[in-house]
Amino acid sequence: MTPDQTGESIHVLDDRAAQVWTKGSGKEFACDRKSTAGAVTQRACAFCGSRVVLYPIADALHIVHGPIGCAVYNWDIRGALSSGPQLHRNSFSTDLAEKEVIFGGEKKLKASLIELIEFYKPKAAFVYSTCIVGLIGDDVEAICKQVTQMTGIDCIPVDSPGFKGTKKSGYQAACEAAYKLVGTAKTDGIKKHSINLMGEFNIAGEAWMIRKYFERIGVQVVATITGDGRVDDLRRCHGASLNLVQCSGSMTHLSKLLEDKHGIPMKRVSFFGFEDTAQALYDTAEHFGDSEMMARAEALVREEIAKYAPRIKAYKKQLKGKKAALYVGGAFKAFSLVLALRALGMQTVLAGTQTGNAEDYEQLKEICDPGTVIVDDSNPLELAKFVLEKDVDLFIGGVKERPIAYKLGVAFCDHNHERKIPLAGFEGMLHFADEVARSVLSPVWKFAPRRSFKTNIHLNPGND
Amino acid sequence: MIATNTDCTTTEGTPALGPEPEAATRNACKLCAPLGAAMVFKGIRGCLPFLHGSQGCATYIRRYMISHFREPVDIASSSFSEDDAIFGGARNFELGIENVISQYQPELIGVATTCLSETIGDHMLGMIKTYQDNHQAEGPPLVHVSTPAYSGTHSDGYFATTLAIVKKFALPSNFRLSHRVNIIPAMMSCADLRHLRELCERYGLSSTLLPDYNATLEGGSWDAYHRISPGGTSLEEIEEMGASTATLELSHSQANVKQSAGSYLESACAVPLHSLGWPIGIRLSDQLFTSLSEISGREMPSEIADERARLVDAYVDAHKYVSGKTAALYGEPDFVIGMAAFLSEIGVRPILCATGSKTPQWKELLHNEIEGDMADVEALAGVDHAKLASRTRERKPDLLIGSSKGYPLARELGIPLLRCGFPIHDRIGGQRQLYVGYRGTQQIFDRVVNAFLEAKQEYSETGYSYL
Repeated sequence: MTPDQTGESIHVLDDRAAQVWTKGSGKEFACDRKSTAGAVTQRACAFCGSRVVLYPIADALHIVHGPIGCAVYNWDIRGALSSGPQLHRNSFSTDLAEKEVIFGGEKKLKASLIELIEFYKPKAAFVYSTCIVGLIGDDVEAICKQVTQMTGIDCIPVDSPGFKGTKKSGYQAACEAAYKLVGTAKTDGIKKHSINLMGEFNIAGEAWMIRKYFERIGVQVVATITGDGRVDDLRRCHGASLNLVQCSGSMTHLSKLLEDKHGIPMKRVSFFGFEDTAQALYDTAEHFGDSEMMARAEALVREEIAKYAPRIKAYKKQLKGKKAALYVGGAFKAFSLVLALRALGMQTVLAGTQTGNAEDYEQLKEICDPGTVIVDDSNPLELAKFVLEKDVDLFIGGVKERPIAYKLGVAFCDHNHERKIPLAGFEGMLHFADEVARSVLSPVWKFAPRRSFKTNIHLNPGND
Repeated sequence: MIATNTDCTTTEGTPALGPEPEAATRNACKLCAPLGAAMVFKGIRGCLPFLHGSQGCATYIRRYMISHFREPVDIASSSFSEDDAIFGGARNFELGIENVISQYQPELIGVATTCLSETIGDHMLGMIKTYQDNHQAEGPPLVHVSTPAYSGTHSDGYFATTLAIVKKFALPSNFRLSHRVNIIPAMMSCADLRHLRELCERYGLSSTLLPDYNATLEGGSWDAYHRISPGGTSLEEIEEMGASTATLELSHSQANVKQSAGSYLESACAVPLHSLGWPIGIRLSDQLFTSLSEISGREMPSEIADERARLVDAYVDAHKYVSGKTAALYGEPDFVIGMAAFLSEIGVRPILCATGSKTPQWKELLHNEIEGDMADVEALAGVDHAKLASRTRERKPDLLIGSSKGYPLARELGIPLLRCGFPIHDRIGGQRQLYVGYRGTQQIFDRVVNAFLEAKQEYSETGYSYL
């Protein structure tokens, strides 16, 4: 095997050495740093962060203020579903041209907002600032105020120029923007046992599945933020008694605001895998201190697991001993995935996230097996290196990671927002197992040179 | 079933009434200029694209290109922070280039600017010079192109990059490489690029394609990791473009710009320019083959003549299925012009020809290539998908031709969508679709005819299995 085949020839940039860690190495680990220039980070920018968080609010107008690129690459590519309005699936942009960059884009923004509000009748409008908006001196806030007054529709600026940082800074800006709506409507009809589901984006209908679990155990869901989101739900979400926060990276800021200003406690939960989904329901029941609710939760968990466990067991038999790599946005999803893979008999040998924080990584380090490599803000070359070094059978990530896996003859499971298959909840675990198995067990890998190399298939035996 | 006419529906689910919004762009029919630059850089051997700006630009473009090509697309970024946006990106640029060299060992770094670096006025040539001075001119060459999204589309970025590259590297020459031709293709499929190369070979010509991403964006399965995907035109070949016998520029939209890669090679290196279009259809392909004959001094090889003959035969066999039908098409200007020319020669009227680019003389360009008059043809330049949708609802064509982005409209109207161009991210194989020459025309012709037949069968009461 050559160094290119084993991954040995790929080295980690000195600047990034502290962000690559092996369990058992005793080394220090660094995270929460800005990306190294030229490292080809898999991270996106602050704008992207804001856009993904607010996107699923289906009855709001989302307009990107800037040149066209920022708006066009995220036009209707996500799997975040709405049960009603579909306005969010459009891509609106002020599409600034050179003359507006020189003379300012305020006029165009104002005209755009007025026309679009008139035409589509949104319940609110989010105006995303891109890199150049601050530089050219547009006062987006002032325009938003004017248009709000003229139309009676709340126009909310989202301070999301890309250079502000990674997706994380964008999440914060999105939370600030969403919070502007909170507390602006009455909370009549909200029961004592009520929650907001935060950081749940309703990919492929996941929020609907999870909502049903809570309804079955007697918990009212006031708002899913932001999956299948509605402006009016946000306005009254301060009436809920508990916030369950799933994608903590994106929603911590909003849940903190709700905690500080409205006294609503928060719990971190996850709905990936049997264990975590069950735990989320138990934690909720425990929080409300309601023994009947707990009994219902236990019954629900038993019933749901009984439905799917046998088929998952069958998959486990086939997948046992396979090695997995995962690279996802936030660390909380990474823990769940390590556990979910373990439930399938698979071992995680590489785990990484784009924007995990120190606390997250501590937890991730704890649950991983010795020898597991943990990477923060990684890049294609590093990921390829460890895929080769660890000889993984499966990669879990998003579209940008997919070709790394496929080119090297490695199976892949998409766990990103563009997927169209629900992977959350009890039923989702079956879909997950199915997704993993269909790729890992596919007969095509034997033709991939890296795999045929291993199984000694040679096209030109004479040339050995 | 969820209605997909989101561009003309209110949040109440009712039809949006009143004047259509004009100020904002709704569902753009274009991408940004750095994407075009990245496409060209991907077509040069050992080249790593580098976007000077915020990292989101690189990440978005990578993601988008991967969704179509399903190949690794590594694009570096100088990852601007707030400080860089205020004080300039020179420090990050230098660090970024150093890291790219250390990680990727590229033969060339293709630097494209972004809206951000252009707006703050980062002086790229100066920064590149400083970098090279600080590094004693060691390391790979850097080429730079200015691609702010606010002054052009991905198509403009693509051609600006071909021009920047020949300007930087092509050398004037005292002698001619008698069997070498340059080809500057429009943003074609990987299969098109391979076929163009093969066609030149049939005429005894070797070709330098700028760009040639056929292998880098549609390569084989790997047995080891490649830092940069194998394939692409080498820098040596690009240097020799100034010594080629001729340049074929396959882009109608470049024919009347002030300076294109082809016109530069003609004026600076005296390489004769054959300004042609995207050769779809018999007439436009004939022009390509005539040029190849002129350059090589050879007659059309019999295999190609046979392909032409079979294509004519197929046109006749199927003409009744398509005659009098109408189509709406959208995408990059060159694709739309080539496709409109082809459709009109088989009797399908291209009644809506739309592009997101603000192509000058769009109507004239179309008029030059479309058979018959323009009375029934709407030439829409600088439009978005919302505008296209509104015109399509009004004109009710039988067929929609363009990228995956037309699917919601096709579904709404119950008409077939022939997925062509970029991006195709709801089907597999966009990179393998062949359009050019008689062979490519044969394939697209069959697809057009079959789309009509399928629609007819699908919506018939009886469900005939024989048509």
